[in-house]
Amino acid sequence: MSDTISLKDIAHARSGDKGNAANIGVIAYTDAGYAFLEQELTPQRIAEHLAELRPQGIRRYMLPGIRAMNFVLPGILDGGASRSLRIDSQGKVLALSVLEMKLPRPENLADMRPD
Amino acid sequence: MTNIRIGNAAGFWGDNLDAPHLLCEAGRLDYLTLEYLAELTLSILAHLKSRDANAGYVTDFPTVVESLVPSLKSQPGLKIVTNAGGMNPRGCAAAVSAVLRQAGLGTLRVAAVAGDDVLPELDAHLAAGQPLTNLETGRPLEEIRSDIASANAYLGAAGIVEALRQEAQIVITGRVADASLTVGPAVHEFGWDWQDWDPLAAATVAGHIIECGAQATGGMCSDWDRGNSPLPLAAVGYPIAEIAADGATVITKPPRTDGAVTVATVAEQLVYEIGDPAHYLTPDVDADFSHVALSQIGEDRVAVTGARGAAAPETYKVSLAYRDGYMASGTLVICGHNAVEKARACGQIILDRVARAGIQLQRTNIEALGGGDSVPGGWPDASPPWEVVLRVTAHDPSKQNLERFLREFAPLVTAGPAGVTGYTGPRPKPYPVMAYWPTLISKSRVVPQVQVQAAGDWTP
Repeated sequence: MSDTISLKDIAHARSGDKGNAANIGVIAYTDAGYAFLEQELTPQRIAEHLAELRPQGIRRYMLPGIRAMNFVLPGILDGGASRSLRIDSQGKVLALSVLEMKLPRPENLADMRPD
Repeated sequence: MTNIRIGNAAGFWGDNLDAPHLLCEAGRLDYLTLEYLAELTLSILAHLKSRDANAGYVTDFPTVVESLVPSLKSQPGLKIVTNAGGMNPRGCAAAVSAVLRQAGLGTLRVAAVAGDDVLPELDAHLAAGQPLTNLETGRPLEEIRSDIASANAYLGAAGIVEALRQEAQIVITGRVADASLTVGPAVHEFGWDWQDWDPLAAATVAGHIIECGAQATGGMCSDWDRGNSPLPLAAVGYPIAEIAADGATVITKPPRTDGAVTVATVAEQLVYEIGDPAHYLTPDVDADFSHVALSQIGEDRVAVTGARGAAAPETYKVSLAYRDGYMASGTLVICGHNAVEKARACGQIILDRVARAGIQLQRTNIEALGGGDSVPGGWPDASPPWEVVLRVTAHDPSKQNLERFLREFAPLVTAGPAGVTGYTGPRPKPYPVMAYWPTLISKSRVVPQVQVQAAGDWTP
């Protein structure tokens, strides 16, 4: 058994842009998964995963009613929708990249998977 | 009225042209909303208006109204609220009215809501102590003053409510906050006071969820193929918000359509393009999304509860666009062994040849798409692909420099490594760049202008 899981095993996500900032909303499938991600899915971990995009000052906001956390990543879009030289100029696929992140395998993984 | 059904059938200019009439035919709607204006769309419309004083609105909309004529005739209570007016709401009202007269609907009342364009009075706003500093960077407006292409305040729902009070059946605005397209009808129907912060926040949440069309009903859902059973989307239903007099909202979609309305699809849209969820700011309300809860109450029915509101900001957000040179992008397909490395080398050859021609491009980027460059460093390792798309992009003040740059793609087929293909089709062209300058202006400086008259009375 692997000692890691992918974030997508226990959460889904969506990302988009606001000017030159991107946001990534990560939604846990269960309460147990949300509690685990509160500990594990820190702005620091997101920054490490997206290090090549040179993120700075990532902020995390909690939405407990839907078991979600919203990461705001200022200045990460190479100038934003119209000025970015990158194919994903609006950060639409950042969420899928983050869902591929590896996390330590929790003991109660079965309580975190979707129905 | 106990509750109202508001459906949204456009999330951007270019969205599915059949969605509006399909939603009206099957949705039992009281209101249809259509949201067309991305952050920089108005700069394009400003350019079109500078060439033709009658242009500058979203030209999809008169076409959509033509497709809606049967629904407008069979559902006399149906109302439409849209920001299709862009830089020219009155011009759009005139164009739509021509369609309506042709269809025998000349008595239908059409509203134009303008006043969001703050560019004509920009010097007066600056003189009155509105610095219009860049919200993201803190830079002063003087740096770009001579390059401004458009500057529009995001108005709130008040102008829409006034138009509906004057019995408009089609309300055409310029720039308004996207959620205000939904808040306006709710305020009009339920008679909310402008200090009823919780209901205003609830309607703002509803508007936020439906404003991007099918993104609330299964589009863009990262759970799309959970359990290897992909969600059918070809005939995706567009979203409907059922809003009650206290703001309680249910999100749904027409029966027998593709897609889904589940806690997952709605939750993803709730977090889409937001900042601090405790302060989702619109001109109507400071809405707190952070304790919103969702529950599945039926097939394709999700209840939304828990929105809280506080006093609206004293300022309007302004979306300002300025001219910032040109960009150009070219692609080739690179095949064979070591395709990723070869693609990067090919991209560098292109840039080296431009440099040898004596041109220093201001900004450039080489991508090997298929090699993980959509999110550099953000994907797990995979087997090397046998083909990748090489994409090289440049940004420069000079259009001529970029034309020279684009000439360097095709020669790579004959004067580069083996394995270069995908060069057919016309050579791409440089295009002008409009850069985004978000800022704020005092509400006291901006006055919505509402004009309502029968389609028969609107003339270009």
